[in-house]
Amino acid sequence: MLTKRIIPCLDVKEGRTVKGVNFVNLRDAGDAVELGALYAAQGADELVYLDITATIDGRSTFIDLVRRVAHTINIPFTVGGGISSIADVSALLHAGADKVSINSAAVKNPDLINELSLEFGSQCIVVAIDTRYIETENGYEHIVHTHGGRKPTELRTIPWAREVEERGAGEILLTSMDTDGTKNGFALELTATVSGNANIPVIASGGAGSMEHFYDVFTAGKADAGLAASIFHFREIDIPDLKDYLNDKHLPIRMTR
Amino acid sequence: MKTVIIKYNAGNVQSVMYALDRIGAGYLYTDDADEIRSADKVIFPGVGEASTTMNYLRKTGLDKLIPSLTQPVFGTCIGMQLMCRFSEENNTECMGIFDVDVKRFPATPGFKVPHMGWNNISGYQTDLAKDLTDNAYMYFVHSYAAPVCEFTVASCEYIHPFSAMLQKDNFYAAQFHCEISGNAGQQIIENFLKI
Repeated sequence: MLTKRIIPCLDVKEGRTVKGVNFVNLRDAGDAVELGALYAAQGADELVYLDITATIDGRSTFIDLVRRVAHTINIPFTVGGGISSIADVSALLHAGADKVSINSAAVKNPDLINELSLEFGSQCIVVAIDTRYIETENGYEHIVHTHGGRKPTELRTIPWAREVEERGAGEILLTSMDTDGTKNGFALELTATVSGNANIPVIASGGAGSMEHFYDVFTAGKADAGLAASIFHFREIDIPDLKDYLNDKHLPIRMTR
Repeated sequence: MKTVIIKYNAGNVQSVMYALDRIGAGYLYTDDADEIRSADKVIFPGVGEASTTMNYLRKTGLDKLIPSLTQPVFGTCIGMQLMCRFSEENNTECMGIFDVDVKRFPATPGFKVPHMGWNNISGYQTDLAKDLTDNAYMYFVHSYAAPVCEFTVASCEYIHPFSAMLQKDNFYAAQFHCEISGNAGQQIIENFLKI
């Protein structure tokens, strides 16, 4: 049976992980390759590496990191952050990334989604959607945001999700900026709407604080995968425990121990 | 031992090379017919679209070379589909090593297509699955699949049962991506190299 995926997300700057990481058994907690390998060994189903470096030098450091990750780990991983052209995607895929995630560039130029999926295949094109529930002229609506969720766009989240699929996205990474960082749970209703409308997998992100939140997002939220960062990095939830918990609750989970 | 990875216009070959690096197996990445013919093991990997990749194989003569090989040949993902008779993906005549037609997953409420993620395989009848635990999970990404047939040596279920692995004489194939399927996937690659 196709399983629900658990995906740790690692933010990377100048080739090293940021956001404090609390793994005592790691030689170097800032080493993004070593941390990824640890998650893979623990049973993570995929990894996401987000490059938050803004400089040109940082970009080449990131590609070097992608190469080292691909060499080391034997599970799929997605890379994102500042990707805006066919050349960017080509460099990352050639370095060994399995998928790339585009965000602001897709909002700015939606044709990029079509171009990338034709060039590289839908299966490796993830469109990240950062969304926030805000007041508009029509009352409160889910609105797509860019720049790390700070800048509202004209786009409504639910039709935009449908559009990115029609344009050839292979997967949607949906981050609710309302729940992100709250640890109060994923945005269930919105995730269920987006995932229920989509014929491509939806990765839910933002708000995970407990194991139950993952159960909720896979059931009520209809998500295909759940992504989180700090709760894994700070070991508030260990991936093997989370998988045991979800398996005990009869969700389809890839058990590795 | 000489292992060749066949070079053609398919994507994601890099991960296969890295997987061989991880197990310390050397390889040559080439489309040279003599090199391919003289290899001990041949890997035919890739991600791509059936008609484009098949046209390329025809143009380069690889479509005749691959079925004529006598050493162990292992096709994965689109490689496996191109080793079948026909693919519904843009109605493509393929190499016909396995006499079976690749079909698109039917639109079914509650099931997304592509079939993307980790799914378990079962019913192993192949040396490639040696030492693999029952119902091992593998990573799949595909919209088309070969039905269960006389060449099926491991199956998987999504919407309906389909062939996860095929085998006939010296030809082996897997629909999933061994190279990113964790330790279980690595085991299959090691088993292939040990045949």
